Amino acid sequence: MQRIGVFVCWCGSNIAATVDVQQVSDALAKEPGVVYSTNYQYMCSQSGQQMIQDAIKEHHLTGIVICSCSPRMHETTFRKTAAAAGINSYMVEIANIREQCSWIHKNKEEATEKAIILGRAAIAKVHLNAPLTAGESPVVKRALVIGGGIAGIQTALDIADAGFEVDIVEKKPTIGGKMAQIDKTFPTLDCAACILTPKMVDVAQNEKIHIYSYSEVESVKGFVGNFTATIKKKARYVKEDICTGCGLCTEKCPMKKVPNEFNQMLDNRTAIYIPFAQAVPKVATIDPNACMMLKNGKCGVCSKVCTAGAIDYTQKDEFIEQQYGAIVVATGFNTIKLDNFDEFAYSQSPDVVTSLEFERLMNAAGPTGGTLLRPSDHTHPHTLVFVQCVGSRDVSGCGKPYCSKICCMYTAKHAMLCREKYPDTEVYVFYIDVRTPGKNFDEFYRRAVEEYGVHYIKGMVGKVAPKNGKLMVQASDLLANDQLMIEADMVVLATAIEPDESARSIATMLTASMDTNDFFTEAHPKLRPVESPTAGIFLSGVCQGPKDIPETVSQASAAASKVIGLLVKDKLTCNPCVAESNEMMCNGCSACEKVCPYGAITYSDKEFRTPYRTTIMRRVASVNPAVCQGCGACTVACPSGAMDLKGFSTRQIMAEVDAICK
Amino acid sequence: MQEAMIKRAKELLADGTVNRVMGWQAGEFAYDITPTVFSSADELDKSFVYNDFCSANVSKYMINESRKDGKILCFLKPCDSYSFNQLLAEHRIWRDHVYIIGIPSYGKVDVNKVRAKGVTGITGIRTEGANVVVETIYGPETMVKMDVMEDRCLCCKSKKHMVYDELIGEEGDVMESSRFDMVEKLENMTPEERYEFWRGELSKCIRCNACRNVCPACTCENCVFDNPNSGIANKAPSSDFEENMFHIIRAFHVAGRCTDCGECSRVCPQNIPLHLLNRKFIKDINELYGTYQAGEDVNARGPLTNYTVDDCEPSIVHHRRG
Repeated sequence: MQRIGVFVCWCGSNIAATVDVQQVSDALAKEPGVVYSTNYQYMCSQSGQQMIQDAIKEHHLTGIVICSCSPRMHETTFRKTAAAAGINSYMVEIANIREQCSWIHKNKEEATEKAIILGRAAIAKVHLNAPLTAGESPVVKRALVIGGGIAGIQTALDIADAGFEVDIVEKKPTIGGKMAQIDKTFPTLDCAACILTPKMVDVAQNEKIHIYSYSEVESVKGFVGNFTATIKKKARYVKEDICTGCGLCTEKCPMKKVPNEFNQMLDNRTAIYIPFAQAVPKVATIDPNACMMLKNGKCGVCSKVCTAGAIDYTQKDEFIEQQYGAIVVATGFNTIKLDNFDEFAYSQSPDVVTSLEFERLMNAAGPTGGTLLRPSDHTHPHTLVFVQCVGSRDVSGCGKPYCSKICCMYTAKHAMLCREKYPDTEVYVFYIDVRTPGKNFDEFYRRAVEEYGVHYIKGMVGKVAPKNGKLMVQASDLLANDQLMIEADMVVLATAIEPDESARSIATMLTASMDTNDFFTEAHPKLRPVESPTAGIFLSGVCQGPKDIPETVSQASAAASKVIGLLVKDKLTCNPCVAESNEMMCNGCSACEKVCPYGAITYSDKEFRTPYRTTIMRRVASVNPAVCQGCGACTVACPSGAMDLKGFSTRQIMAEVDAICK
Repeated sequence: MQEAMIKRAKELLADGTVNRVMGWQAGEFAYDITPTVFSSADELDKSFVYNDFCSANVSKYMINESRKDGKILCFLKPCDSYSFNQLLAEHRIWRDHVYIIGIPSYGKVDVNKVRAKGVTGITGIRTEGANVVVETIYGPETMVKMDVMEDRCLCCKSKKHMVYDELIGEEGDVMESSRFDMVEKLENMTPEERYEFWRGELSKCIRCNACRNVCPACTCENCVFDNPNSGIANKAPSSDFEENMFHIIRAFHVAGRCTDCGECSRVCPQNIPLHLLNRKFIKDINELYGTYQAGEDVNARGPLTNYTVDDCEPSIVHHRRG
């Protein structure tokens, strides 16, 4: 029989305001096996922990139940407390009476009753707890960064700087991501390429960093410290180590009408292409959907002109398997599709552009060589209308409910640049709110309004209608209570951003959680913002939530420091709550082996004694406790009930259920 | 067919390929066919039968038989071969201890349907074209085979063997079958109607465990329903809840592994259509994860013990009726 101590926490007023803690500790004192029960204002505080330790010693407790916040929060704290007082860490059970009780109830009577039931379930479980001892597992000293935008680049550079090997997997032919497409950066207006491309070169030249460009992560197995990733290097039909990036092939390629993704489809590229002049790696790639040679075997011009002999039409996708200790997700974002926003005439007029397209139109390396021209007739626009919040802060269901965060600032930047380069233009910005929190951000916005004379109008654009080569913009001015009709030459839509479409499959692969908008969730929104709840998975950049460049870079470095903190360790303490197989019940059917994501289960033929001094050979499962992560998938897949999870055995769970239903 | 089978079995016994033969013999009555292990040519001559009453699926016997010394000859009908293959996939049978002869099956006769035609004193049965001739102590009775065929054979899913070492007779094909019609009918009922249907059926259960004992997917070394400590071991149910849950738990237990052989319903002394529970699972699996037939491919990963990124999200349950 266990000697159980119950400790009910008030959590200040968090719990005590909704749950009668005195009543809970009194009620739980009457449960079988409970020899001590008390409540205290802050159990997790120094004096609270001391109280637990004293009680363990004084009452010779063998197990303790803490009725407090979620085990996610303080289970480790209380396990350490118990260990310090001389009882096994795994003899501690937490009854979550905060998140799952006081925070979600209003009625004190009901909440108190529920808290007692939750405490009773934890007591029932602790009766069946057994002391467990954790093992150790080694750490592979290499990190994987998924995504080679500014977030991935910064994370990789910082990890490499600490002396660890890093692989960047980028699905596009070059690293650089969205920042490479941007013209100028707020609030200083320095050119994006000028600050990004040196970093790209640093990555290329760093001995510790390996870039897998034009590659995707195919699968990930394993667990923190010991991930195994399969990387698919897509066939680019050019030998990466031989190509010098001279670009002759791209000049000679006869297939010149392929929409250019880098310029947001505003101009064309060839079938063999280098996305932009500063691409890293600077290697040509053949687009298999456009190349005549790959499609019907007729052409071969690039291979004829290539003096290095780098073209290889027979190249196949290559699969590389590599071990990693940590994985950083830096999959970034895209602008949303505008199918639901027909009122802005994006699909009807080429002069209605997204802000990312506008970046390319303003960029010296863009389709117009940096001169702002209307895409429709290549004339100079005189009146420009910027529409903010296109698809952001949208609760109608057409767009995204969140604020894309960067649009206010880049719209101010666009407006300012327009007015500076072309003083003859009239620039209107329609906004719901202008949000400029950030160092030097509000000053930047004020400058656009006050020094550059940009017309900021509070109100939304109702409709854009193309008419005689112009765009009729119908809008409301909410401050003047006025309806406006502006005859514009161009309309720029500050389009909402959303996580890259690859994010969901990567999250699934990594068993990392996501929110309803497909942004990766962090382990704690305030206190662990760069870690995923899945151990060994870290988050960098917009994949976690909308961010501008300065914020992305600081988060990228933060993620890197977390990775470094993991990789410097030689061993990690394992979770002792692992599966074990009861050989007497095992059928040897392999169901558990099939579902085990870690390859922790093996089978062997064993001899078992049967009646009348006979024996029988049976195939039975065994679990490697150093590899098992205690996910429990095998315990539910096992048809015969032979698999059980230490610390979460079927008996323990059933005891909890019984206690709740009593 | 019976003669050819006995001849081949004797040959294999004589040349030492096998030392036992798994087959069928008449029980107390001619229609009361019992699976039997024969170990000599004499025994085969004396009592081996194969006729339209031999519908028992013998694949489950191979779990224990294959662990004995020497090889055993096993005759498998197409539907039995699915069960055998599923057991192979689960490593329950030692394949190299079994010699399989695949035999065709053109549908087995349900003795209850014969009796319903007022025929008694049955002493034997034989097929003549589309008819069966039932021998009785009162003389032969001829009837259309389709009229007396087992329900499960009327919606046969396959006449093709999934596993064999040799075949006697012609090999058939996988067939289009109407086996989900009744499941669909149940799905279209209101929850109340469906509950009434199943209460009506399941309340007949006497917990004899015949369905569990015959089921080739129910092969646990220790069955939870045999565990006296479980509180749910073989006994008369103490509440409605128990008689419902026994069958529902069993259906969940074999989900993804049930080959739809239909033995559960065949052996049920209370004639509960237990196979419908399993078919509902099979239909759902087909719809949610793509068509899957347990026992078809010994290397296949069943959809319930496999994971792909294309798997349906759990929220699908809310979108579907029932």
